[in-house]
Amino acid sequence: MEWLRLEQWSPYICGGGIGILSWLSFLLSDKPLGTSTSYVRTAGMIERLFRGDRVLKREFFQKVTPTVDWQWMLVLGIVIGAFLSSMLSGQARLEWVPEPWLTAFGAVVGPRLIVAFVGGALLGLGARWADGCTSGHGISGTMQLAISSWVASICFFAGGIAVATLLYAVLAG
Amino acid sequence: MIERIRGNKNGQLALGLLFGIVFGIFLHKSGVTRYEVIIGQLLLMDFTVVKVMMPAVIVGMLGVHFMNGRGLVRLHVRGGSFGSTVVGGLIFGAGFALLGYCPGTVAGAVGQGSLDALVGGVTGLVFGSWLFAVLYPRLTSFLARGEFRNETLQELLHIGTWQAVISTAAILIALLAALEWIGF
Repeated sequence: MEWLRLEQWSPYICGGGIGILSWLSFLLSDKPLGTSTSYVRTAGMIERLFRGDRVLKREFFQKVTPTVDWQWMLVLGIVIGAFLSSMLSGQARLEWVPEPWLTAFGAVVGPRLIVAFVGGALLGLGARWADGCTSGHGISGTMQLAISSWVASICFFAGGIAVATLLYAVLAG
Repeated sequence: MIERIRGNKNGQLALGLLFGIVFGIFLHKSGVTRYEVIIGQLLLMDFTVVKVMMPAVIVGMLGVHFMNGRGLVRLHVRGGSFGSTVVGGLIFGAGFALLGYCPGTVAGAVGQGSLDALVGGVTGLVFGSWLFAVLYPRLTSFLARGEFRNETLQELLHIGTWQAVISTAAILIALLAALEWIGF
């Protein structure tokens, strides 16, 4: 099992492996790999703690119930899988500010957390708005040759390239 | 047999967890759970993200369409529109660059110990998703604007499914070969 201790595998092997994983998820679970719906279910579960069953009356939560489902477990599994992988390769460590943010904007935690929160909020809003994310549209939808998924993926990267360039090439100087 | 596996509720939750663990290992081992790799891709300096996504699409596409042709799996194609897909996609893209993780890799980043992913990213994702759920009744007519007439590439191009699959695979392989040739 020495290969599990390696820091990195070829991206082609990892990508091909994710492709095979998607065969199994279609075959055994009748579901495409996706992650973003789990965050809106979590949001509903948290709101339900405060507001009770009134939350279930929201139009959106009647369509997407705030419950733990297959995909929610998948996202939990990703946390566990990456934890195991990084422990085995000795890369696991607590880190507040990653490179290249550190070099461009400094080691102060506050600004990084604020931008990460705003980014996360746009990601959550955008994923629901476009009905999918880099997994659901970007991998699972494009492999089914869905037009919506190809258009969404192009927009994910177009928006991402524009904002990353603004952040690092313009703001960071 | 397969219907029994698909219908077993707890079995499916366990299967979801298992698939997720394998997915998380692949995401981490490929490097895409790291902020610098995602930002490197969006700055067009590091093409690891593309080198993971394209093989996943090629391999997945061949298998899923093969199994669909034999009646073993159903496809789950989502419709789209300008108001939903394009506008939402661009909002997502902006978030992608600011956070430096996506909804899948942010979970992997949490697993490897990235606290900006947990404290900033996941809370932001939950908040943004909740905001959408709240706004949803007021957004429905906008989301339906400019609905796409076709669902799949083969419908749009009036070609057979396998023609579309093989040409897409060929184009993606050519793009990957070009990236390697250029030196990325």
